[in-house]
Amino acid sequence: MTESVVKVRDLDLVYQSGNEAFPALSDIELEVGAGEVLGIVGESGCGKSSLSSALLRLLPPNGRITRGHVFYKDLDLLEIPETRMRQFRGAELAMIFQDPLTSLNPTFTIGTQMRDVQRAHGGGSLSRAQIYRRSVEMLEQVGMPDPEDRLRSYPHEFSGGMRQRIMIAVALMLKPGVLIADEPTTALDVTLQAQILSLLRGLCKEEGTATIFISHDLGVVAQICDRVMVMYAGRVVESADLFSLFDEPLHPYTRALLRSIPSRNRRGSRLVSIPGRVPSLSALPSGCKFVNRCPHAQDVCRATEPRFLDIQGHRVRCHAYDSSSGFRDAGVVTADRFGD
Amino acid sequence: MSMEGKKAPRAEARDLCVHFGQRAAGFAKFTGRRAPVVHAVDDVSLEIGPREVVGLVGESGSGKTTLGKALLRLVPVTSGQVLFDGDDVSHSRGDQIRQFRRQAQMIFQDPHASLSPRLTISQLLEEPYRIHRIPEEDRTSVAHLLETVELSSELANKYPHELSGGQARRVGIARALALHPKLLIADEPTAGLDVSAIGNILNLMNDIKDEYGISYLIITHDIGVVEYIADRLAVMYLGNVVEVGPTERVLDDAAHPYTRALLSTVPKPDPRRKDGHAPSLLPGEIPSPKNPPSGCRFHTRCAYSDNGLCRTVMPKQEWVDESHAVYCHRWRTVRG
Repeated sequence: MTESVVKVRDLDLVYQSGNEAFPALSDIELEVGAGEVLGIVGESGCGKSSLSSALLRLLPPNGRITRGHVFYKDLDLLEIPETRMRQFRGAELAMIFQDPLTSLNPTFTIGTQMRDVQRAHGGGSLSRAQIYRRSVEMLEQVGMPDPEDRLRSYPHEFSGGMRQRIMIAVALMLKPGVLIADEPTTALDVTLQAQILSLLRGLCKEEGTATIFISHDLGVVAQICDRVMVMYAGRVVESADLFSLFDEPLHPYTRALLRSIPSRNRRGSRLVSIPGRVPSLSALPSGCKFVNRCPHAQDVCRATEPRFLDIQGHRVRCHAYDSSSGFRDAGVVTADRFGD
Repeated sequence: MSMEGKKAPRAEARDLCVHFGQRAAGFAKFTGRRAPVVHAVDDVSLEIGPREVVGLVGESGSGKTTLGKALLRLVPVTSGQVLFDGDDVSHSRGDQIRQFRRQAQMIFQDPHASLSPRLTISQLLEEPYRIHRIPEEDRTSVAHLLETVELSSELANKYPHELSGGQARRVGIARALALHPKLLIADEPTAGLDVSAIGNILNLMNDIKDEYGISYLIITHDIGVVEYIADRLAVMYLGNVVEVGPTERVLDDAAHPYTRALLSTVPKPDPRRKDGHAPSLLPGEIPSPKNPPSGCRFHTRCAYSDNGLCRTVMPKQEWVDESHAVYCHRWRTVRG
């Protein structure tokens, strides 16, 4: 991997509610290099969106980062003052949200909105003509027909797919080092989704943007990402390059996720479902957080939290792969080859 | 259309059209100006056999939901027929329509929006009985309904906002099942759910089908879902069914260029598809049903369209084999 652009180390996040603190994220580690696309998957409530808010320091008032570092290049984003952070957001760290209609202001034309973003971050250094040229150029890049005319249109005059293209154009306009895309295609049809995914991947590779792609859809992740990180109950439970993760998933949770995808191969047989639900933050089990839903759970899993192991670059948080954990009959788990 | 075993279809649409905005409404009554007519469903024929699962796929705006609603007479039929067990119900009223609605139910797309926030789960589940004035002794108990959809009976006194998406979806299914229908139309039953919850809902739908002998029309944009559960697959584009046939045949040997494009863009959990196997991206977006293209409606985005026939003549149904129909002038070329 090339030099990493974003690096997160030992990040813990809690949400304060009354006198109680709920651990939303714990021990998060991640790295994304220039031009690399990292996928983050997991069920709802596993902390995907908390993580992206933590990276941008856009936490709700009751959210608090209690430990860890978020490095952007060599700078720890958790150490810098808010005024500095504000300059970074949008310029160096951009974000694309799920629903473009709520992130675009309905009362201004998109030309105005694109201009304002450039003015806010460019100081007074950019001329009107430069700003205009850059806006047109960005709309062209995202495949918008007649960009010069469309700059005068309002958000409601665009279709869903076009709006998401505008969001991508705005996000990438200032050439950010990092792009966080939170379920950017969930609201779109598959045909549009395919267009947007290939556009996004192409632009990120071209511009060398480190991209964090959050999705609950493993199919989408397989199409766009270079590496994948699986989250569960606020922890990273597995992280590997795309092919290893899909060919040889190690964590029982990842395996269950992959097996529960409906497809024709499973016709006539019951889909594997993961019993139970993601535990709520107020009632997390003490050991491994997946223990209540895991088919291989043992006493050691209930007692202690597994370490985040590194097996030749493939990282997993499970006692079965840790010879020092005291997990019995680990062969049952390790030999449970995926695809059987 | 041929049916296995030549049984009468449970539900059938014959040359069904649903157009919106034909009558001037609101302010237009005074100005006399007419909004353009929206051709939501145009000339669609589709059969759903007893105990058959038909999947209906297509982009948003293709008329899938409107077709589903028209089959239940939830939107007015402009022309053509809706048949249920061989009876024409397209213009039934009063008791007749109430009888029909007992037997055909819908599972709505957004479970939270389709459950009244002011009623408890048990009230919601009893509502169909109240509406249809079913005597107490013929009702299925709330506890039993909840059990059927694998929900704990503790939920009976809760309100919809206290449920998760998957639970609300199950309540929607339980409500549809309350009257023991013969046909269930499920609009995006898995949209917005996590993978593990999708698996649970599909397993449940399969169980119910076997237990109650229900036919399904499953409207979805998730090809994985239809691959898994549907016996036959119908593909819609801009108000028309463009291809219909046994699921495997349509998936493996699609004859319509739109079906092919749609299938190739479906994201698969297989990283190897990313390289080499680039999806044949459809250019542009679905045109407006207010002003659908002439001839074949897909010709504006079709790689195979010629300038003659495709632009002027709407394709008729042609048979690829005895069970697989396609509406395309050039399907022989498409299949190569």
